[in-house]
Amino acid sequence: MTLPNDWEMVIGLEVHTELKTTTKMFCGCANVFGSEPNTNICPVCLGLPGSLPVLNVHAVDLAMAIGIALHSTIASSTFHRKNYFYPDMPKDFQISQYDLPINSGGHLDLPDGSRVSVERAHLEEDTGKSTHLGGSGRIQGADRSLVDYNRSGVPLVEIVSGPDIRSSAQARAYASELRGILIATGASDGRMEEGSMRMDANVSVRKPGAPLGTRCEIKNLNSLRSLQRAIDFEALRQVELIEGGGTVRQETRHWDEQLGETSTMRTKEEAEDYRYFREPDLVDLVPDQAWQDRIRASLGQMPAERRAVLLARLDDPTSSQLDALEVVVDLGFDALVISAIDAKVDASIALARAANELAAGIDNIANLTPEAFIATLKMEQGGELSATQAKTVLLEILQHGGDPRTVASAKGFEQLSSDSLGATVGELITQFPEEWSRYRDGDEKLAQFFIGQVMKLTSGKANGKSVIAELQARR
Amino acid sequence: MRTAAAIASDVKSGVTSAEAETRISLEAIRARNEKLNIFLFVDEVGALEAARRVDERIAAGEDVGPLAGVPIALKDNMCQVGVPTTAGSRILEGWLPPYSATVIDRVIDAGAVPMGKTNMDEFAMGSSTETSAYGPTRNPLDPSRVPGGSSGGSAAAVADDMTPISLGSDTGGSIRQPAALCGLVGVKPTYGLVSRYGLIAFASSLDQIGPFAKNVTDAAMLLEAIAGHDPMDSTSLPEPSPSLVAHVDDGVAGKKIGLVRELYEGADDDVIASLHRAVEVLRDAGATIVELAVPEIRLGLSAYYLIAPAEASSNLARYDGVRYGLRVDADDVAAMNEATRTVGFGAEVKRRIMLGTYALSAGYYDAYYGQALKVRTQMIDAFRRAYHEADLLIGATAPSVAFEFGAKMDNPMAMYLSDVFTIPTNLAGDPAMSVPFGTGEGGLPVGVQLLGPGRSEAQLFAASRVLEVADGRS
Amino acid sequence: MGSPLRREDVAKVATLARLSLTDAELDQFTDQLGQVLEHANDIAALNLDNVIPTAHPFGLINVVREDVLRASLSRDAVLDMAPDAQDGRFAVPRIMGEAP
Repeated sequence: MTLPNDWEMVIGLEVHTELKTTTKMFCGCANVFGSEPNTNICPVCLGLPGSLPVLNVHAVDLAMAIGIALHSTIASSTFHRKNYFYPDMPKDFQISQYDLPINSGGHLDLPDGSRVSVERAHLEEDTGKSTHLGGSGRIQGADRSLVDYNRSGVPLVEIVSGPDIRSSAQARAYASELRGILIATGASDGRMEEGSMRMDANVSVRKPGAPLGTRCEIKNLNSLRSLQRAIDFEALRQVELIEGGGTVRQETRHWDEQLGETSTMRTKEEAEDYRYFREPDLVDLVPDQAWQDRIRASLGQMPAERRAVLLARLDDPTSSQLDALEVVVDLGFDALVISAIDAKVDASIALARAANELAAGIDNIANLTPEAFIATLKMEQGGELSATQAKTVLLEILQHGGDPRTVASAKGFEQLSSDSLGATVGELITQFPEEWSRYRDGDEKLAQFFIGQVMKLTSGKANGKSVIAELQARR
Repeated sequence: MRTAAAIASDVKSGVTSAEAETRISLEAIRARNEKLNIFLFVDEVGALEAARRVDERIAAGEDVGPLAGVPIALKDNMCQVGVPTTAGSRILEGWLPPYSATVIDRVIDAGAVPMGKTNMDEFAMGSSTETSAYGPTRNPLDPSRVPGGSSGGSAAAVADDMTPISLGSDTGGSIRQPAALCGLVGVKPTYGLVSRYGLIAFASSLDQIGPFAKNVTDAAMLLEAIAGHDPMDSTSLPEPSPSLVAHVDDGVAGKKIGLVRELYEGADDDVIASLHRAVEVLRDAGATIVELAVPEIRLGLSAYYLIAPAEASSNLARYDGVRYGLRVDADDVAAMNEATRTVGFGAEVKRRIMLGTYALSAGYYDAYYGQALKVRTQMIDAFRRAYHEADLLIGATAPSVAFEFGAKMDNPMAMYLSDVFTIPTNLAGDPAMSVPFGTGEGGLPVGVQLLGPGRSEAQLFAASRVLEVADGRS
Repeated sequence: MGSPLRREDVAKVATLARLSLTDAELDQFTDQLGQVLEHANDIAALNLDNVIPTAHPFGLINVVREDVLRASLSRDAVLDMAPDAQDGRFAVPRIMGEAP
């Protein structure tokens, strides 16, 4: 969406991601989603009197991996306490990082070539979760709240971009690319719907060249779609407000997906005073070169590189191949597709099957070995399986495991022998002399007619390419 | 009451049983606790169970540990599973921790028998045990006077022969000062030597748990039992428990001991007199005495009264009525927090929370808290320079002998000044101990303070032992 | 001697700290805290620009633990402590305003 009258929107994004560690940031409680309330807590993450935090080294490794993937400078860092009262905070302070974060000065390059600066990516602990009773379930109008501390103490990395984003589409692209990177580093599962990745958007508007306008923060956007819609709404709201003679108030706003609008949560008459001071129960983090190098060496390729590698395997890709490529990289099937292409499987088929069938069965991807994938596609390519049959075989293997030949046989996808195919074609030539005559004279369109007839006669067991080969041989 | 060492030896050899010793302790507590208000909770059932377990294990031929069957009192800011733990405050009245502090696990592993939880200034904020929400503790040597604080109950338990040993905590002098006022040995270990896991926090960068005992050897035994790395405490020193008991009789021959003016000037005459006699004893025992000035010490009080309340204001935020302890209901949660804390905290705690919140608040951080952290660096450097001139330092522990109830309660500053000689070592992180030497006004005990560089506890014990022998108490 | 603290400052701090003070307490605290801060002014006045604040007195760094599970508390043990609980969760009176 372009704003009217030359207005420019200026956007910065803050993304919080939960880290995919086994245990929480400062204690050995399980870091899992969906447990019964208050079953993964201990004196530390409940903030009981006398409890003390001890840092999870895996969380540090993942934070550094994120920093490296975002081209940041990794520095010695300390932890600070951010002090405020809120019932989902067991200690009524959050252990976070303040003026000495572990990662700073990074950037993210988007597929369209633009670059967004990443000012910092620091470690902090998550809070508990409250549900509100009475009223609509939202906080306004509730009479009571219930708190679950399972999430309290889950490790987070907060990634803060510079105010470099100029459109909601660019914001969406940034969030999408960042998500791909977080998944590729192993730091996050990127499941926005489960809250493992949450986005806040800082939005302001100005005329080009003018100083930055007052910004509003839209908190807790949990899908790419709502991110984009919320930004567009908010930017336009601010423009209309200013053009109507009003001024934008600095405030926090909430996006309502149903109503399609942002509304004010509260105006901060005074900014909250967090009284940051260095966390005395933790010591400094000094990641030496050897530690950083170890993380760097263990990092796989990021989405941008993987896209490039796969792209290089394609000759003059069509737009549907490019679309499939995006999906394949996003889902992490690029290595599989590359090994199929290297084994002489047709790139189109490999991309299509990965972007569709493998995507559908992604939860059970472990059931499909690369060998089985390649073998299935080769059967399709060689005419032993039709496209439909190949898709079925893949989905079947994803569900229950197995190898292609056994599965195809069990499903009755017997190979149509070239003899019986030849006999079938021969019959049809006799049956449709006119059509055969026209085909023989060069009317290629009739190949499809004959393929259709062969399929009818063989209950779909024939392979289109094999039929064409047979027709051409008899011309 | 016999020494801890003697009890342990007799229990292990079968001369007596853990249960018998526990009953003696219970009897003493029953007889005098009401008058002196030393124990907030006497764990009669738990103690007898623990004692019987010790006896069973001994009967089975097991090695039960160096403190076998020794009754021990624990300051009520150490979490003990299933035992009421209040930190001397109404806000935790009736709270039963679901876990135990590391030090409590360690004393039990060493065979000791926890007898109960002792009275203290509320959240360890005080120097007389007068700020406890459960009434003051009386000094057993003179019940019209304070036992000192904040670990007044733990000091009094030992002074009154209810238990031979006890644990306290020291943030600005809260073990050493009561030790001096009650005539006991009291040790603040090197910061990080003893785990803080399970210690209800006051000022995280200053708090340490340490022993009270009537003699140096018992204190060394107890400190050995609790010291050493704890993976549950990130500020815990990496090494295991040091050997201390074996070095108690090392003596001081050839040692240089620095008499630091800033560690006794302003003290009462009787205190200074004891100190000078102690210095002579050490000289006679072969130490060289040097006079040192460490002027940075004078900044200690101000720095402490910014750093400690700042950390405390944050550590005490969790007492909000949501998850445990007192709740005073209100229509919304913020009002509930406020009502709970207003009712649940006493005046001194509120004062320090306010002071700490102010020192950290926007616009004041750099001038107050930030500056105090830099003063801390200077204090550390100053002590390190002093330890180039001397192996140990000596001074007074408290400016006077035990004072009367109410003497300092009207004027917080006056109370804060009680800690002027002890605070600097908390800021530096170095160890220090108080050992009784001589008496002062009214025949009340005077404590002399020995200080050493980080991890020098063995030397401190050795020097204390020399004084103890000369003072005729051992 | 006037206190370096104003009554309004103390009132603001009390709100930040979730403490409610009576008028008498407000006056008394303003006075008492003021005295402590007078003393603290001796450090506020020092020029310590080149001094680095101390983190840990003995320079500990990189204290971490392995990402290994430890037993959690039982939910009953935890909710037994709660002043008010419902449906396995801690219950509080209504929250006015979202988290900062």
